[in-house]
Amino acid sequence: MSAHGLLRFTTAGSVDDGKSTLIGRLLYDTKQVLEDQLVQVAEASRRRSSDGGLDLALITDGLRAEREQGITIDVAYRYFATDRRRFIIADVPGHKQYTRNMVTGASTADLSIVLIDARKGVLEQSKRHAYISALLGIPHLVVCVNKMDLVGYSEETFTRIVAEIREFLAPLPVREVSAIPISALNGDNVVDRSVEMPWYGGPTLLEHLETVDLEADHPADTPTRFPVQWVIRPGAAVSWGDGVSLPDAADARPVDADYRGYAGQLASGVLRTGDEVLVLPGGQLTRIAAIDTYDGERDEASAPLSVTVRLEDDLDVSRGDLICVPDDAPVVARELDATICWMSERPLCVGDRLVIKHTTRTAQAIVVALEERVNVETLAGERDVVAFGLNDIGRVRLRTSAPLMCDPYRRTRATGGFVLIDEADNRTVAAGMIEDAR
Amino acid sequence: MSSAIDHAPLTHLNALESEAIHIMREVAAELERPVLLFSGGKDSIVLLRLAEKAFRPARFPFPLMHVDTGDNFCEVIAFRDRRVAELGERLIVASVQESIDRGRVVEDRGPRASRNRLQITTLLDAIADHRFDAAFGGARRDEERARAKERVFSFRDDFGQWDPKSQRPELWNLYNGRVRPGEHVRVFPLSNWTELDVWEYIAQEQLEVPSIYFAHERPVFARDGMLYAWREGTELLDGERVETATVRYRTVGDMRCTGGVRSLATTLDEVVTEIAATRVTERGETRADDRVSEAAMEDRKKAGYF
Repeated sequence: MSAHGLLRFTTAGSVDDGKSTLIGRLLYDTKQVLEDQLVQVAEASRRRSSDGGLDLALITDGLRAEREQGITIDVAYRYFATDRRRFIIADVPGHKQYTRNMVTGASTADLSIVLIDARKGVLEQSKRHAYISALLGIPHLVVCVNKMDLVGYSEETFTRIVAEIREFLAPLPVREVSAIPISALNGDNVVDRSVEMPWYGGPTLLEHLETVDLEADHPADTPTRFPVQWVIRPGAAVSWGDGVSLPDAADARPVDADYRGYAGQLASGVLRTGDEVLVLPGGQLTRIAAIDTYDGERDEASAPLSVTVRLEDDLDVSRGDLICVPDDAPVVARELDATICWMSERPLCVGDRLVIKHTTRTAQAIVVALEERVNVETLAGERDVVAFGLNDIGRVRLRTSAPLMCDPYRRTRATGGFVLIDEADNRTVAAGMIEDAR
Repeated sequence: MSSAIDHAPLTHLNALESEAIHIMREVAAELERPVLLFSGGKDSIVLLRLAEKAFRPARFPFPLMHVDTGDNFCEVIAFRDRRVAELGERLIVASVQESIDRGRVVEDRGPRASRNRLQITTLLDAIADHRFDAAFGGARRDEERARAKERVFSFRDDFGQWDPKSQRPELWNLYNGRVRPGEHVRVFPLSNWTELDVWEYIAQEQLEVPSIYFAHERPVFARDGMLYAWREGTELLDGERVETATVRYRTVGDMRCTGGVRSLATTLDEVVTEIAATRVTERGETRADDRVSEAAMEDRKKAGYF
């Protein structure tokens, strides 16, 4: 969920497909690599390569353990800006833990770059990446066919690869698919237009990133969803236990003891003062009395703003409740059909109990059924699954200890996504996307 | 009550601010005993404004804590106390000098000594003494390559260690802050901010910052390509000499490992312009602690550093 001046995108790929070089090229050609970083990269290039040329891939070099093992361990976040937009890159490594990292990086992205080596064509990993981008509801997908310099900048090769990935993507819900022929190593069509590929008339990658239409990703008819995060009551006592007490000055500060505001971040849609709203799961109807912020009252707030809402009626509303519009409410449900990505070495079986975290609500969940596992290469569903293993993706049915206010993930990411946590070690073990709930 | 702000398109600062407020409220709601680490530096100044935005008109549901090396710029300590008094919030000062006096740590000697590394013990002791289970910090992912990989909710075991190889996946805005007794999370609401974002936000909010962030004259000496503040008692190496220069600071830390930069920027707008045009990273330009090795920050983070 971004403002239109901020684009979050994700890139994933394996060690050899040029992902690090591509990101290095984007940062270098947009002059985001500062002098001290360049000195480090130049030194490392001299140490590690035979020809000693500047190795742009080293710009994104990470932890020492990674340098020692020649791998990348985890998602890295990188930042750059041009005159037109700010960018946040979730840079996802492509080897083991691939799905886990990919899903993590994709969960907040507006756009996904699928990198394909022109010599190798569409590999299983390209498909996996495209599938996960679609599954996580990323609206924009850019297929970058890289290493065009190694296939003689052949239009025919590019066209063939793009046709193949488009065919794979056809049944998947991606709003917009673009394809760009590039050479990250030489800089063709990354920031600067390639002179080697006059047959390509589209934008460079950076031009595309700068101009992709984010407004259309947040249509005006998205339902209003305001999960209550925290209740602001200045009159309530604040205590941090022994040894930490408030200074006298704070006690002297005048407070409005009757103030009661519901703080949260609008997950989708718009709230307006005077609107009739429904509070779930209780089902009470009331109106918005005021929308408060530190900077003063507003008469309207839209996602993704963090605000504090006061209600006309004195209701018992607490964290985990959801404020929405009465004529377009989510389903209040304790049984969910969802697609999950399983991210733990421990297998997932029917009957397992986990903690489910959904919006600001936390409950227990029991796995009622493992419906099917998705073969990511063919998109076929495999039935009669006994357990999900690490990096498996599939459909499950869950029953929860408390009602959740659910939307299908494809309609609203924020009220359709959840995580599962294993209470034994407090690890996050799955990402889930609600398909249906009752 | 209607105002122009209601219908203005969201800026990237609005988006970053709302994300950070959401993070702070999640911590308040899900953890028992949070604390906010306040150094008087620009990033933690922004954290305090975000806490006001998240929790006013009520008090902060956590105290503030400063890890004081005893070697801070006096302008920063004066600012710290003034800001805390204005807010009417509680400040805990965890003192590195006390850790030294109690024999918890041994101070390095010599002209290159700094108390930077000693802060780790003081910080972890204070977290344990107060049984804090969450500590807000102002670190940003754009600062340094180890930080680029750190989660917003960064889990620490009961030794305070960060394990980059087994971080919890962090999806959407669903943060997992579950800890057992003795463990804690470091929480970084400014993870997605850049140095320029921080300065633009300070300018937008008209926040006061310590005077050392603006160009001023002070006696300095050059060492390893950086300009360090000289004061009575500072030990110099052969060939080093003290000069008066017009400098400002890009980061606020221990005096003995934080360098100034030559600058004529005396207003917030001039600082923003300077940062937007800079060609050197903030840690590369000003922090000796990161120059020790290629993985200096990574090593300190694993041991429990901020």
